[in-house]
Amino acid sequence: MLNPEAKLNPKIFSSDIERKPTRDGYGEGLVLAGKENPNVVALCTDLSDSTRSAMFQKVFPERFIECGIAEQNMIGLAAGMALAGKIPFISTYAVFCPGMNWGQLRVSILQNNANVKITGAHAGVSVGPDGMSHQALEDIAITRCLPGLVVLAPADTIETRKATLAAARYVGPVYLRFAREKTPIFTTEETPFEIGKALVLRQGKDVAIIGCGPLLYNALEAAEELSKEGIEAMVINNHSIKPMDEKTIIEATQKCGAVVTVEDHQIMGGMGSVVAEILSQNYPVPIEFVGVRDRFGESGEPNELIEAFGMGKNAIKEAVKKVMNRKK
Amino acid sequence: MALFDTDIKKLEEIARQLRCDVIEMLLEAKSGHSAGPLGMADVFTALYFGGILNVDPKNPFWEDRDRLILSNGHICPIHYAALARAGFFPVEELKTLRKFGSRLQGHPHRGSLAGIENSSGPVSYGSSIAVGMAYAAKIDKKKWQVYCIAGDGEQQEGNTWEAAMFAGKHKLDNLTFLMDRNNIQIDGFTEDVMPLEPLKTKYEAFGWHVLEVDGHNICEIINACQHAKSIYEEPVMIICHTIPGKGVDFMEWKPEWHGKSPNKEEAMEALKQLRTLKGRIASEAE
Repeated sequence: MLNPEAKLNPKIFSSDIERKPTRDGYGEGLVLAGKENPNVVALCTDLSDSTRSAMFQKVFPERFIECGIAEQNMIGLAAGMALAGKIPFISTYAVFCPGMNWGQLRVSILQNNANVKITGAHAGVSVGPDGMSHQALEDIAITRCLPGLVVLAPADTIETRKATLAAARYVGPVYLRFAREKTPIFTTEETPFEIGKALVLRQGKDVAIIGCGPLLYNALEAAEELSKEGIEAMVINNHSIKPMDEKTIIEATQKCGAVVTVEDHQIMGGMGSVVAEILSQNYPVPIEFVGVRDRFGESGEPNELIEAFGMGKNAIKEAVKKVMNRKK
Repeated sequence: MALFDTDIKKLEEIARQLRCDVIEMLLEAKSGHSAGPLGMADVFTALYFGGILNVDPKNPFWEDRDRLILSNGHICPIHYAALARAGFFPVEELKTLRKFGSRLQGHPHRGSLAGIENSSGPVSYGSSIAVGMAYAAKIDKKKWQVYCIAGDGEQQEGNTWEAAMFAGKHKLDNLTFLMDRNNIQIDGFTEDVMPLEPLKTKYEAFGWHVLEVDGHNICEIINACQHAKSIYEEPVMIICHTIPGKGVDFMEWKPEWHGKSPNKEEAMEALKQLRTLKGRIASEAE
């Protein structure tokens, strides 16, 4: 059953559940952060509408900085502004940042410990028809390995708004990924969100499904259907990839004895890899990974791609059954 | 500030001391870069001892200080020597360069040492940081200046020109770059490796005010920095024409001394040349 403490949307499994892109939550959160702290500024590289930083620009035109198509410069500018007391949020597609300016992220942001919030829009296969060049499936891998960087992957638009505000309040560099497509809003204003704290969305005892991002909705649907087959899956929203909530993950694993990880990202180096690192050292159990299997994306509708790449509801159910067989 | 011959003599003496410090540091470290630090000794002297940088060694994080950003982090031995001689940390600590546990990292690390404003290493990154700082100062209507030391080799990086374009667009007149135009990089002379000229015209086309100085004439460097402060609505690039390895004849103009440190014998010869102005005066140290 759903965890009452997660205070999820009561209409969660109704067919008319409201859908909005997580990027909208970013734009709303950015405006709130700007109202809360006059030092918040937003930088963008010619993608203000797509990344929703235009919402901030509208309210705070004097604190919005258009950088032109120059991602390497944007991240350095943000570092300099942070060292001078600003709280810069920088936005572009995740394939460009951190995809094109990882060196500057590593040295200018992290080795300076500059208080910059890096946001990667259009992460995962959500950008669909744009094809492989624009689908960021590697951003978690290349950010989580950087010392001193917080990495967040929120699950719906409300959670993305909360994550954006939390990033603004947190002192230090943060990477936040979000997506383009409309996805179900299954959390509510009352759902807890804290950096470094995973949240149990659904109680279960047979397997722990640990996911991040909008695919968590598919995981919840899979869990509902598995329940009818007599399998009770716990579902955990593991939005905080770094720092990761080891305690919640280990406790869930001790209870369930098997794990399936779910993410719209390469399996190699993704959120699931972090879970495997934690469990192999603390409580080894069989793990199955749902994600992209060492390939680039291609054009198609996002849902089509999610199915084709084995990340949909049915693929999650299969992974659960496979891992439960391995458990025996 | 009006400069008298006696002031210039004192500054030249400081520059000579900084060069000796660099050689002694590199000998002790057994690795590091020689040519760039020696070539930039006069520029660092002008900045820290010629009344240009508004900084306070006793209060290094004072909010309204001028900021000096190093974009070519590998020349840090001369920055460390200047900071130590200016009183930011004890001179004896210079000998710890590149050693385990030292605050004097092989490439500078912000947070390790007072006076270091940015972590750097990969060339050109500092240019964007300097531009971002200058932009933030403009937003807050701050009076402090941003100075950025950049190499000539890094003018081959795309990042450099992204930063230049932004600074030009926003007319950042609180920003002064000093380029070490020493004509060498690791693989040879810049104009052979990847031609850079005409640098002055290029920066002017990006909306900058460009000055050129003899990078070993301290008086000229000071005057150019003062002139830069008076420039309105344009960032300023001061191209400092320098001799790599300046002061040590077997290092001068030699690309192979870009990333090499002297052995004991070479260091002794270098110190002798520096102390005697290449034999023109009797050495006090011998």
